[in-house]
Amino acid sequence: MSGSIIDPRLANARAAPKRGMQLSWSDPVFRNIIWQTLIVGLIAGVIWYLAANTVRNLEVRHIATGLGFLSNTAGIPIAETLIPYDPATSTWGRAIAEGILNTLKVALVGIVLSTILGTLIGIGRLSKNWLVAKLTAVYVEVLRDLPLLLQLLFWYSLLQGLPGPRDFRGSTSIVFLTSRGLRLPLLNWEDAHSWALVVFVVGLIGTFLWNRAANKKQDATGTKPAVWPVALGLLIVLPVLVWAAMGAPWTLDVPVLKGFNMVGGGTITPEYFALLFGLVLYTASYIAEIVRSGIQAVPKGQWEAAGALGLHPFAVLRLVVLPQALRVIIPPMTSQFLNLTKNSSLAVAIGFQDVVSVSGTMLNQTGQAIEGVAIIMLTFLAFSLSISLFMNWYNARIALVER
Amino acid sequence: MSATTAGTQTPARAQPDANLPGPIAWAKANLFNGIFSSIVTLAIGAFVVWALYGLVQWAFINAIWWVPDTAAGKPDPTSCRLAHGVGACWAAIHDKWRFMLFGAYPYNEQWRAGICIALFLGLFYVSADRRFWNKNLATIWIGTLVVIFGLMWGGFLGLPYVPQDQWGGLPITLILATFGLALAFPLSVLVALGRRSTKLPAVKLICVAYVELIRGVPLIALLFMANVMLPLFLPDGVNFDKLLRAQVAFIIFAAAYLAEVVRGGLAALPKGQAEAADALGLNYWQKTLSITLPQALRLVIPPLVNTFIGFFKDTSLVLTIGILDMLTASKTAMADPVWQGVSTEIYVVLAIIYALFCYTMSSYSRSVERKLDVTKNR
Amino acid sequence: MMIRMSLTGGLLASAMLAAVASPAFAQGSGSATLDAVKARGQLICGVAGAVPGFSLPDSQGVMRGLDADSCRNVAAAVLGDANKVKFANLTTTNRFTALQSGEVDMLSRSTTWTLGREASLGLMFAGVNYYDGTGFLVKKALGVKTAKEMDGATICVQPGTSTELAISDFYRVNKMKFTPILIQDLAEIQNAFLAGRCDAYSTDSSALATFRATQTNKDDFLLLPDIISKEPLGYVVRSGDDKWFDIVRWTYFATVTAEELGVDSKNVDEMVKSSTNPDIKRLLGTEGDMGKQLGLDPKWAYNVIKQVGNLGETWDRNITVLGVQRGINAIWTKGGLQYAPPIR
Repeated sequence: MSGSIIDPRLANARAAPKRGMQLSWSDPVFRNIIWQTLIVGLIAGVIWYLAANTVRNLEVRHIATGLGFLSNTAGIPIAETLIPYDPATSTWGRAIAEGILNTLKVALVGIVLSTILGTLIGIGRLSKNWLVAKLTAVYVEVLRDLPLLLQLLFWYSLLQGLPGPRDFRGSTSIVFLTSRGLRLPLLNWEDAHSWALVVFVVGLIGTFLWNRAANKKQDATGTKPAVWPVALGLLIVLPVLVWAAMGAPWTLDVPVLKGFNMVGGGTITPEYFALLFGLVLYTASYIAEIVRSGIQAVPKGQWEAAGALGLHPFAVLRLVVLPQALRVIIPPMTSQFLNLTKNSSLAVAIGFQDVVSVSGTMLNQTGQAIEGVAIIMLTFLAFSLSISLFMNWYNARIALVER
Repeated sequence: MSATTAGTQTPARAQPDANLPGPIAWAKANLFNGIFSSIVTLAIGAFVVWALYGLVQWAFINAIWWVPDTAAGKPDPTSCRLAHGVGACWAAIHDKWRFMLFGAYPYNEQWRAGICIALFLGLFYVSADRRFWNKNLATIWIGTLVVIFGLMWGGFLGLPYVPQDQWGGLPITLILATFGLALAFPLSVLVALGRRSTKLPAVKLICVAYVELIRGVPLIALLFMANVMLPLFLPDGVNFDKLLRAQVAFIIFAAAYLAEVVRGGLAALPKGQAEAADALGLNYWQKTLSITLPQALRLVIPPLVNTFIGFFKDTSLVLTIGILDMLTASKTAMADPVWQGVSTEIYVVLAIIYALFCYTMSSYSRSVERKLDVTKNR
Repeated sequence: MMIRMSLTGGLLASAMLAAVASPAFAQGSGSATLDAVKARGQLICGVAGAVPGFSLPDSQGVMRGLDADSCRNVAAAVLGDANKVKFANLTTTNRFTALQSGEVDMLSRSTTWTLGREASLGLMFAGVNYYDGTGFLVKKALGVKTAKEMDGATICVQPGTSTELAISDFYRVNKMKFTPILIQDLAEIQNAFLAGRCDAYSTDSSALATFRATQTNKDDFLLLPDIISKEPLGYVVRSGDDKWFDIVRWTYFATVTAEELGVDSKNVDEMVKSSTNPDIKRLLGTEGDMGKQLGLDPKWAYNVIKQVGNLGETWDRNITVLGVQRGINAIWTKGGLQYAPPIR
């Protein structure tokens, strides 16, 4: 501790022969310890006081505590589920798991889409085309100036204005955009498709390995063997052949109007769509600025030097500028990913059942407020931590590649 | 920005004749610079024209600005119903704007809430002016906020008392954001100093834990907690009302984010400043309060304003706990069966109000940033 | 650090001070809530504040409705003035915490009496001012006549309510499927229904009836005849204060008894003077010490009836005008469920 003292008045004290801490107010080490004890004690005292109140209040008000409720039957319906869920038999634990999965479903898809859109808009802001540059600038300014909640409510109300499923009576379409969401035909999944998928994944690995070998060869000889024919063969031709060899099954599960709703096919609900759409548009406006400033942070000489080597502008961007810009981009991008994940909790306002919404219902049905809030906080802390760890790992990798 | 200028310069250097003034030359350089660019320009141009045409049709030409009253004295929305989807129903805004702006505040006393909004605007304006950046600013803030609360509550000089649960609309939005900032700021400075402290590891640990914990969870979770858990923390018989609870959640939330901004400013300050202060024999508080902190704060004005814009937008989240801020009040106004189906119009008006505030603040932040850059380069 | 310390210290000290000074801690009648209400001179009552017929401010900003009048009953009994009520608007999610924390003295917010709420939420239900049940509101264009035809339907419902659980049960029992749309905000869920996001809007049938009644095109909507659950809505207090519970409960019984005995706000003064019926005399405090036993003024029930009215009057004023039949909510002598034990 004393090693970090920079106060020049203390230089002599440090130079003096080693001595123990003195129990005197003039000894800075002693003073610091007293201060810290006081502050920590005070904070601990406040926390203890609040905790004691809570325990007493829970007792007086006969509120049940503990996590035992997690294995009780939930009884609440959940609109969108990723794992099988039946309100009649499933437990609260499972209901909350559905909520967490729904949050993940929004956050992961949202991160990918907003990165793509944000990068495009960020590059668009630097475009030499006046119209593109101005339009993307307006986009960024407008989207950042409006509360996300307002945007979500707006998109949700627009989606509700779409025609109802019955207005499509007699339609021969296979894609339906109604006030109940977007219904798409789904492929009836059969063994042939599974096998084709397996072959595709194997092909992906093969392409990756071939590309690495090609790069090595380029480093050694200066010429790079063509990658695309191998990729074409492994990724498209081979899977198609496997699928064809197994009888080329191709039947679609087409949505049809039956009773009240469309039945069959896959569906994207307006709640999920509005949430995802709003989050992506909003976050992309921030990511665009990060990408723009990242690219601008790359010295102009780099562009010019790469241009002088005869590289195509896209190649300059991909091979020279972006790798350098990424260094600047990654840290603020990480916090945008975290923001998007946290903002997904606004789902509660438009009826998408994420972890906040399910926990909120839970604490209202069971009265277990502390447990409910704790579940929400732990979930988000875990998400934040995982995203930070992943991005730090990626950042470290990028930094290595660059050198 | 600079890329746009770079774009105009590059061809100018290559072909001097494009440098000639004239819209055609400009368009050639900036809109039709190559086949790809021309196609993009035409496609986007067509889209923009189409969108603007639709917007003008909806918002102005086909819009219903006014509706007659029915015999019962209520507005008659028939013409709006007919125009639904084709033209905007601004008549609904005309009928509801006072509720949107002032919520359930007694109708005849709403001028008081209006003055409060004006006072807030004045406060922001004064705070943005460098000439007021001295000790008087704190006095001005305290004075204005006291007047605002006096006006809102009333109960003196013949002003009827208005209990806090009747406040609503824009004043609530401004109160939450401004008080959140004003009260979170001192706390955030302490946390930032604590986090940078090298001699007090325990304090540093507490500050780090606080900042990371709060920044790791969504504001909604904090509002939730303030709403359902705070009452459990307090002894029997003591409780805050809902607005105060939300305000506490906002302060705790804002302080964590502001602390990081302030910490950034302190870190950006040249080390020599602190060392020089030490050399003068100043103690820690003298050094911090008169040397490092003022300089660091000056550096972080732009990110500070940006953080404030964030809070201003985030106040809308009190919708989830049922506080009547501007967004919630407007949604309540929408529930009136007379104006059933009118929602886009109300959202558009809200968007304009929010955007006006945020755009003004972000332009201000950018101008300060530019000035700071100039100072730095000098 | 000094500043920080004194700040937190100050907060702590003031919190403790407030705790000590709080009237809830004073020793008086033996009921912390009663003492607090009397000291404040005002009853704080939790209502929804947005449901026509139950609690909705009129154009002058005065809270009107059955739930609001239930609050006024208690204020009249305890403070002698039905207007000494402060209404706190609560959502379905924060109503219980508001009561548990003492933010409100009682809840009269269309809250269903269930075992779970009484046993594990620390609440007690003092009386039922409305025997309700979950129903469905649909658009007539849908062509549905009963709830049993609603297999595969999309249903709008507020989360955190007993309706949510009731619908799950109904569909399970009838081996049907439904898609829930769960939005917490009342206005938002009603908008979703009106916009066609869902086929049916489900909540307490009383609320559905009043919602329909306030629509300009009310004939486009149909309230299905099925009532799929029991939803007794009532006065709620927090547990642990039995005296307060008794006061609220017997205030409610007084309104039932008054209707049963034919005492209303118009004839109550007459009754005080001339009635010879011992039941009425005990109710109005001219005989016996019923009020004293509750820790109230002898004229507690007189104040309630004079200032607010008996149960039938409140019902007619708030619910009948919306076109809802009284049905099982009539008093027992008229074939309904409203029954009060004897006041003696």
